[in-house]
Amino acid sequence: MILVWLIVILMAGGLLAWLAQKWHRASPRWIALGSVLATLGITVYLWLAMPAATLGASPWLLQYELPWIPQWGVSFSLALDGLSLLMLLLTFFLGLVAILISWREIKNKVGFFHFNLLWVLAGITGVFLTMDLFLFYFFWEVMLIPMYFLIGIWGHENRNYAAYKFFIFTQASGLLMLLAILGLYFIHGSQTGTYTFNYFALLNTSLAPEAARLLMFGFLAAFLVKLPVVPFHSWLPDAHSEAPTAGSVILAGLLLKTGAYGLLRFVLPLFPTATVEFAPWAMLLGVIGIIYGAILAFSQTDLKRLVAYTSVSHMGFVILGVFAFNEWALQGVVMQMITHGLSTGALFILAGFLYERLHTRDIRLMGGFWSRAPKMGVVALIFVMASLGLPGLGNFIAEFLTLVGSWQANNWLTVFATIGLVMATAYSLRIMQKVFYEPSLVEQPALPDLTSREMLIAAPMIVGLLWLGLYPQPVLDLAQPSVQEQLQAYSGSKVEPKVAAVEAPLSIAEIDSVYFEAAVKDLKK
Amino acid sequence: MSVNDFIHLMPLLILTVGALVSMLVISAWRNHKIIYVITAVSFVAAFASLFEQHVAAPYTIEPLFVMDGFSAFYIGLMLVTALLISMLSYAYFEQREERKEEYYILLILSTLGACVMVISKHFASFFLGLEILSVALYSLIAYLRTRERSDEAGIKYLILAAFSSAFLLFGMALVYAATGTMTFTGIATAIAAFDRLPLLLITGFGMMIIGIGFKLSVVPFHMWTPDVYEGAPAPVTAFIATVSKGGVLGLLIRFFMEVDGFRYPTLVLIFTIIAIASMFAGNLLALMQQNVKRILAYSSISHLGYLLVAFLAGNQMGVEAITFYLVAYFITTVGAFGVIAMLSDKDRDAERMEDFKGLLWRRPWTAAIFTAMLLSLAGIPLTAGFVGKFYIIATGVNTQLWLPVAILVLNSVIGLYYYIKIIAVMFQQPEAAMEPRRQLRPSIYVASMGTLTVLALLLIGIGVYPTALINLITTLLNTFTTLTLR
Repeated sequence: MILVWLIVILMAGGLLAWLAQKWHRASPRWIALGSVLATLGITVYLWLAMPAATLGASPWLLQYELPWIPQWGVSFSLALDGLSLLMLLLTFFLGLVAILISWREIKNKVGFFHFNLLWVLAGITGVFLTMDLFLFYFFWEVMLIPMYFLIGIWGHENRNYAAYKFFIFTQASGLLMLLAILGLYFIHGSQTGTYTFNYFALLNTSLAPEAARLLMFGFLAAFLVKLPVVPFHSWLPDAHSEAPTAGSVILAGLLLKTGAYGLLRFVLPLFPTATVEFAPWAMLLGVIGIIYGAILAFSQTDLKRLVAYTSVSHMGFVILGVFAFNEWALQGVVMQMITHGLSTGALFILAGFLYERLHTRDIRLMGGFWSRAPKMGVVALIFVMASLGLPGLGNFIAEFLTLVGSWQANNWLTVFATIGLVMATAYSLRIMQKVFYEPSLVEQPALPDLTSREMLIAAPMIVGLLWLGLYPQPVLDLAQPSVQEQLQAYSGSKVEPKVAAVEAPLSIAEIDSVYFEAAVKDLKK
Repeated sequence: MSVNDFIHLMPLLILTVGALVSMLVISAWRNHKIIYVITAVSFVAAFASLFEQHVAAPYTIEPLFVMDGFSAFYIGLMLVTALLISMLSYAYFEQREERKEEYYILLILSTLGACVMVISKHFASFFLGLEILSVALYSLIAYLRTRERSDEAGIKYLILAAFSSAFLLFGMALVYAATGTMTFTGIATAIAAFDRLPLLLITGFGMMIIGIGFKLSVVPFHMWTPDVYEGAPAPVTAFIATVSKGGVLGLLIRFFMEVDGFRYPTLVLIFTIIAIASMFAGNLLALMQQNVKRILAYSSISHLGYLLVAFLAGNQMGVEAITFYLVAYFITTVGAFGVIAMLSDKDRDAERMEDFKGLLWRRPWTAAIFTAMLLSLAGIPLTAGFVGKFYIIATGVNTQLWLPVAILVLNSVIGLYYYIKIIAVMFQQPEAAMEPRRQLRPSIYVASMGTLTVLALLLIGIGVYPTALINLITTLLNTFTTLTLR
């Protein structure tokens, strides 16, 4: 029941915030803040209260089910495991950041803005929790409309175009997923006689290879567009750069993660044979994404567009890792989802700070801010270092684990993916160079340093990135049972860890323990 | 006629009496309010009389009518819709100077015609119903005579409808010539004896499809739709889009199920082509429109195409899906045209894009309702339109109609584009302060706003919890489908 409350609090909070605007102008902000804090509190409580369950037999910590449309076998079914718990923590944390960041930025239609913000969060929460495919599609769509409004109403100059493009891309791909869901539903129904959308029931559907392939592509369409993977990425730079800061943070930090989550939760376990066939292509797409995103990021002049393309590059690692089908890579993917959410969100926030002061996002017009705004410079340096994968910050762990895992699946592609890391250094340092070090070419208006409110936003993100970089063990522990669960279907054909991987620098304790657990599992077999 | 016959025809009789009483009252004393009350009372009474009937088993009134769960549901749906439309009309016509009272007589009569169609099981009653509906519609469409486009719309509808009626009649005659009977069951038994359909019969069916296709405004018989939608007063447009089409669709389902037309590949092929063409033409042409009423007209063409996809399935699930979708579509269409009617001023309807500019900031509730209606048309979750579309897609996937379903999905995406366009206009900041509109009397404003709120709540209610409606449909349609589906 507590899971339902998470969604209900957000939705009710959204409605209340909208209505409260008439009553007092600032009240929507406080209501939104209160509801997100409440949900964050609940999730943290869940996390702290149930550490023992990660050692138990079932990866599922909490389940809740209520019949919704019994005639069609649709139930309001929510379940929480380590993976979704992590995603929820990320969701509410970034949600909180998004509300704080809009405190000064959003000045008109405050009530409606917070309504949309909370409903996006509610939709995302639903996506991360639901275990019913109908409900999953439902929430998948529910998060689109408010996001559309966020971009379309409070965005920058070219917002209408960006909002359209975002909406049509995601909606079209979502409909393909709907067809695939229905196909699966009817195939399962005709085999067993029970028509249900329940995830756990559908897991055991045996599919003909041809059908499995088609259905998998239906699901992939939705997730690859959302992720995004390179040929389908063109909505992302527009949407990200035109959205208001809070919108960009949620887009980059959360909406992209729903695609990655969908791959992990649905594509891998539902279609074990078809994914193996498709894996080399998917990994290739991932590598193309890494390199292409990096090159384009390097050549942008619009700061937000630049950060948007880094997302394309970083998300390449996600698909590379997912289709490596081993525990290391998937742990890396989970880490990547969280750290990318933090680091890219942080970069968008930085862009927001700069835009608020300069009213431009063009990095050619910036420069020499290091001496004028030292606090901002330090904060930016940390975010940029995280984004380029400096050891000690979260992204390093994520990308390292992913590469170790994918090396075992495909050596050559991993080599190319590693080149992407070098490119990440190039584009990330370019941000620092252009904005903070190089002397400015044009006359700059006064640039006040970060205020205490802004420091309050930046500090937790820095702490989070450092924590994930220095002590990721809790996250890995929490994700492990669900990662294994997703990989169950592959355990037969699991790639044996090669000796080469052992020689990789494993000095970091936490990676040791992952490896140890994997070894124990092998021994048990 | 026995007492039972009377009871089962009660809804129709009440409507007839309602029309007659209105006519007498008008001749004695013209008063908008009184006539409106009579209209509303007769709709409500007719609806209430439906509960007096025992529809578990079909009750036939030989040779013309049959009353069963299916017809009860459709009549109920159309009566409620007509009632809602009349509520919107009251506010709409109150601010216009022309004689408003006769409007309600025509509204009752056309509803009566639609109701006759869904219970008919004989060509004669079918044609009578169709003509009652059409003749009333001719004058409804051109009701606001002084307006620029109303004559054009009225004449266009008159000529084309008369044409299509002629086709329909000729088709019926050919079918009669081939089978020697005019009852649906008779035709069914007659054609069951043929190995393959004789040419005469196919020609007859083809001509009937033209007549029916015209009423449903499916491609290629859709030419009148945008002009008539644009020229007719907004409530009348809502009526044409809903009740008139619902009645014809009900008849089509009954007839086709009865004669089991799905056995014949030719007929199925014709309907497949019509469905696909309607979806594409409706959506693609809507993309180019700048007038909201015309956009909705083209969108209604494509929605009929979606409905035909479920129709093609030709099984119980298909009929349920159509019925469910129809409910969602009725709510949505009445809601959308209701918003237009409410925003209209004395001289013209609020149909241009500028009329909607910045609506979200000027009149947030109206805009929110309109947004909900448009999103429902686009099939976005939390609205009834989503569940309806889902139902249709599920039916299509179940019967493996891959091509129509794939095209439906493609068209949903195209459709999204122009629905979003209207929504985007609504949240643009208005450039200059719009001149203040003449405020309606508060009571009227409350009446139409109340109606719209009810519609919006229904829309979201069905979207969030469709179980109740699905249950109702399955129970009521059970008798119909098990008897007619062989």
